[in-house]
Amino acid sequence: MLRLTQSVYARMVGHCYDGLPLEACGLIGGDPATAKATLCYPTANVAASARVYTVDPRDHLLADRDAEAQGLELIGVFHSHTHTDAYPSVTDVAEAPDPTWHYLLVSLRDIAPVVRSYRIVDGKIAEEPIVLE
Amino acid sequence: MSIDVRLPNILRPATGGRATVQADGGTVGEVFADLVRQFPDLKLQVLAEDGGLHRHLNVFLNDDDIRYLGKLDAKVNDADTITLMPAVAGG
Repeated sequence: MLRLTQSVYARMVGHCYDGLPLEACGLIGGDPATAKATLCYPTANVAASARVYTVDPRDHLLADRDAEAQGLELIGVFHSHTHTDAYPSVTDVAEAPDPTWHYLLVSLRDIAPVVRSYRIVDGKIAEEPIVLE
Repeated sequence: MSIDVRLPNILRPATGGRATVQADGGTVGEVFADLVRQFPDLKLQVLAEDGGLHRHLNVFLNDDDIRYLGKLDAKVNDADTITLMPAVAGG
């Protein structure tokens, strides 16, 4: 289960809409022990593509430092799918950098955004519930 | 000279769980060589087969991406910190 604050949810979805027509991405930070994300770091997508994303490395570094300064750490990544389901693609699975992370997908295909979270471990995808707190 | 090398969670099992280790060298490449000498399990995760940087790894010398500093030839000084970050990408 992944717990998100309302603020993290809103900031994440807002950043995804702001990124249209391209894929947007960002990082979430929090307490890995409780799986609660209290920090949202919208980042640049240096791939600048509607089909793939790459988190700007320097944005990643700064987010990591900021989370650490607050006694927290980065616990996952989010990105948008502009025209497809909120489900990890083959690329998402192949590129997943950390098996302890939470992988959030924000689909903007329909009128309302669809947000889902997954764990990706050894190529296996497992959806997890999201709880807004 | 001995400098701090900070590692992401995903690489810490190779260092016995340590988030920061010290390694010696005058360039980033030399520091990496000492790093993998100390922690052989890191080698395949930080270096490519040709001895260059692993493509899924971003490396910072202080605040700067080493891609813009000469990559493994970038010189290091006392009090510098090297930070390793996994590349985060998908689609």
